[in-house]
Amino acid sequence: MEVKDTTHSGHDVDHGHDDHHHEHHQTFLTKYVFSTDHKMISKQFLVTAIVMAFLAMGMSMIFRLQLAWPDQTFPFLENIIGKWGKDGKLDPGFYLALVTIHGTIMVFMVLTGGLSGTFSNLLIPLQVGARDMASGFLNMLSFWFFAASSLVMFGSLFIEAGPASGGWTVYPPLSALPQAIPGSGLGMTLWLVSMVLFIVSALLGGINYIATVINLRTKGMAMTRLPLTIWAFLITAILGVLSFPVLVAAALLLVFDRSMGTSFYLSDIFIGGVPLDHTGGSPVLYQHLFWFLGHPEVYIVLLPALGLASEVISTMSRKPIFGYKAMIASMLVIAFLSFIVWGHHMFVTGMNPFLGSVFVFTTLLVAIPSAVKVFNYIATVWRANIVMTPAMLFAIGLVSFFISGGLTGIILGDSALDINLHDTYFVVAHFHIVMGSSAIFGMFAGVYHWFPRMYGRMMNKTLGYVHFWLTIICVYAVFFPMHFIGLAGVPRRYYANTAYEGFDQLININELISVFALLAGVAQVIFAINFFYSMFKGKIAPQNPWKSNTLEWTAPVEHLHGNWPGEIPTVHRWPYDYSKPGAKEDYIPQTVPHSATPESNRPGDF
Amino acid sequence: MNFLMLLATLLGILVVIRLMNVVQLASVLSGEDEEEEQKRHNTMNGIGMILFMVLGLGLMVYMTFKYMPFMLPEAASAHGVETDFLLNINFLVIGIVFFITQIALFWFVYKYQHDKKRFALFYPENHKLELIWTVVPTIVLSALIVTGLREWNKMTQGHPKDGMVVQVYGYQFNWIARYAGADNQLGRSFYKLITDDNPLGIDFSDPAAKDDIITKANEMHLPKGVPVQFQFNSRDVIHSAYFPHFRTQMNCVPGMNTAFYMEPTITTAEMRGITKKEKFDYVLLCNKICGVAHYNMKMKVVVDEPADFKAWLQGEKPAVPASGPSKVANTASANAETNSL
Repeated sequence: MEVKDTTHSGHDVDHGHDDHHHEHHQTFLTKYVFSTDHKMISKQFLVTAIVMAFLAMGMSMIFRLQLAWPDQTFPFLENIIGKWGKDGKLDPGFYLALVTIHGTIMVFMVLTGGLSGTFSNLLIPLQVGARDMASGFLNMLSFWFFAASSLVMFGSLFIEAGPASGGWTVYPPLSALPQAIPGSGLGMTLWLVSMVLFIVSALLGGINYIATVINLRTKGMAMTRLPLTIWAFLITAILGVLSFPVLVAAALLLVFDRSMGTSFYLSDIFIGGVPLDHTGGSPVLYQHLFWFLGHPEVYIVLLPALGLASEVISTMSRKPIFGYKAMIASMLVIAFLSFIVWGHHMFVTGMNPFLGSVFVFTTLLVAIPSAVKVFNYIATVWRANIVMTPAMLFAIGLVSFFISGGLTGIILGDSALDINLHDTYFVVAHFHIVMGSSAIFGMFAGVYHWFPRMYGRMMNKTLGYVHFWLTIICVYAVFFPMHFIGLAGVPRRYYANTAYEGFDQLININELISVFALLAGVAQVIFAINFFYSMFKGKIAPQNPWKSNTLEWTAPVEHLHGNWPGEIPTVHRWPYDYSKPGAKEDYIPQTVPHSATPESNRPGDF
Repeated sequence: MNFLMLLATLLGILVVIRLMNVVQLASVLSGEDEEEEQKRHNTMNGIGMILFMVLGLGLMVYMTFKYMPFMLPEAASAHGVETDFLLNINFLVIGIVFFITQIALFWFVYKYQHDKKRFALFYPENHKLELIWTVVPTIVLSALIVTGLREWNKMTQGHPKDGMVVQVYGYQFNWIARYAGADNQLGRSFYKLITDDNPLGIDFSDPAAKDDIITKANEMHLPKGVPVQFQFNSRDVIHSAYFPHFRTQMNCVPGMNTAFYMEPTITTAEMRGITKKEKFDYVLLCNKICGVAHYNMKMKVVVDEPADFKAWLQGEKPAVPASGPSKVANTASANAETNSL
């Protein structure tokens, strides 16, 4: 690509009129639609993810209405979901579809595609000092596969029999047999198509991220000088590349079972009054394959959020991140362990109890690097000099959720305790806090922090604060009480919790949860308004609004294809020289050589 | 109606945008510079952090006590008593960690607010500290792993092999229980033998099936103090047999036998006394999404004194009808070993 040409720096240095830099004229189509520029692609990912997130959140609001007020009718439902909400009553089959699609969209489209797609794309080239991704074309394909996948998933909502409804994990035989549940017909086919498109997107993206981080770092950007964001994105991409193909395999075998009469997952089934011919398969095989992706997926969602939070916390604390190397090491350990813990989702599948104990062991080991990360965050804010921007608040919220949700994982990872809590609301509470809320808070921190870099404008702070406080209160109010429901023995994915009379005393908790869930929705509307309004009308951003050290803030505010006019800056130090004793200011950007800061150099800096 | 909702939404959005403008204008008019503004924001959010922490932790403790009576009553099985104890130990450990870390986090964020006159402490690492907080969690977790695994091994392997055999059979959307009878052996079954009269597909020609007994209604009984060896099966999709009061759960997987060993220790009558609820009943719930009526797939479970249990069992249905064996299609029974014990 022409933009890689860095030698003609002579006439580029003055960038007062930068139109001379990029010869090619971009049309609307090449600039905003089929763009190969990583900054534009990152914005495409972000906006798509925001739209999908609102869709999935809207679904959760509908099923929360049902769970809190099972005896009431909501006539407006018929306007929104048509025949599935006849007479204002949510259809039990469609309830399961909502739960399924809510989970799928949130996990894959929002927290995987949205989070990695947005921030890996935006930050990898800008923070390692590259003109663009290793392959701009593959990057563009990555987004368009993602868009296609989102569209197919969205489209599956409109078919006659309804979308996939076997839960986001789509275990066969339920997902393989349309006789078992209406959603396993065309809806399930579309789900599988959407997932395969999504995985193509994730792989194209992941390969690109890895190649860029490894090959395109600027002069002086050693691996040990990478910001933690980049480490997190790199490890995430490796996890994705190694685990997503296994999900393709699982999905492919499911396609064969569904439409070609094979028996990979099916055996000895009598349904709809007739015995089926399938024999010799095992439904548990699917679960092994699914969770071999499914567990690394948790960290594919979480690690980028932790990376973003590390960067935001360090910058806004005006203090180096505590234990930089320990942070990298714990991410590597978490990533490694994430491949050998999948069985903890399967303690009650009839798996050999001895195999179960191996998974208990590896699972609880994950708590050690996680604990190290938490302690390091707390050590970073200790004796810091904290500027409370909305991004910082969201990063703190992330750490709080990571603690709250991570700790209950210790209980669920213990097979002897899990057999009573498996698939109850305790699990729902656990993963919504540790994976869902942590990751989405990391994403919010990222959006507030890097919005000036994306759009050249600032977001409104006051609305950011309102958004943060409403959201953190609502998240805790929604998910914390679910622990109690789980400990009372209520299974998840129940259309009505009143089926067993012991559960009807819990209806008050369900009402509380639903009220706050609706309020949380309102809070996100505030975010959306702030986001789209600031995009066009926000205050113009200064060059380096957060006084940050990393490279992306040295690139001009107005976007250039190629990021820097002239030469790419050279890196001379690690990214966390904040509040260095003796320095003139409380930050020293990575581009400042040690020879320029004799007053603050320390032994070991060279 | 739709139009009104749309209008209200639009108005709401306009109001928020106006408010944004007003706030922005106000800060410009007051002549407050950015640093002062950020300082004010720091103070307010700092106070917010402390309030949130204190109120939040307070409410958590309050709710825990408030909802305690609605949680599952004491465990009604031998292993359940032990796992509940283990659960409480775990809650104690994670509770301590939870309070320490959350308080430290919110307190530090409140305390170390920005002051342009000073620098933060440049403190990039401390190997001793890092070693301590790697080793201490390792020790604590090792203890939890060891105690957890000891309990797990005990409940899955360290039990007598001669428990009373009971099959729990799930199908969309109900349960059937089959008792193995005097020989304590379940007769063979095969899914192609399933008919309206033979819902479990039992091979009537198998002698072991002759004394098997099947539940008539949606209710199964268990004797108190007698170890039960459960076998779980399903005919169509995966179900999960969840006995919350006995702290037990196992999936029912088509084409596979799964098992769990358990000993009920409290009769239904006794539990009614303990919970002070006259209508209390144990329940078997389906806990794996299995279709549209998943939430209604349940069975009443009654724990009797052993003598009462025997009497109840007499009244249930024999697995092999009186005129049974003659009806069997012998071609199918040749394949029947697939699903035998």
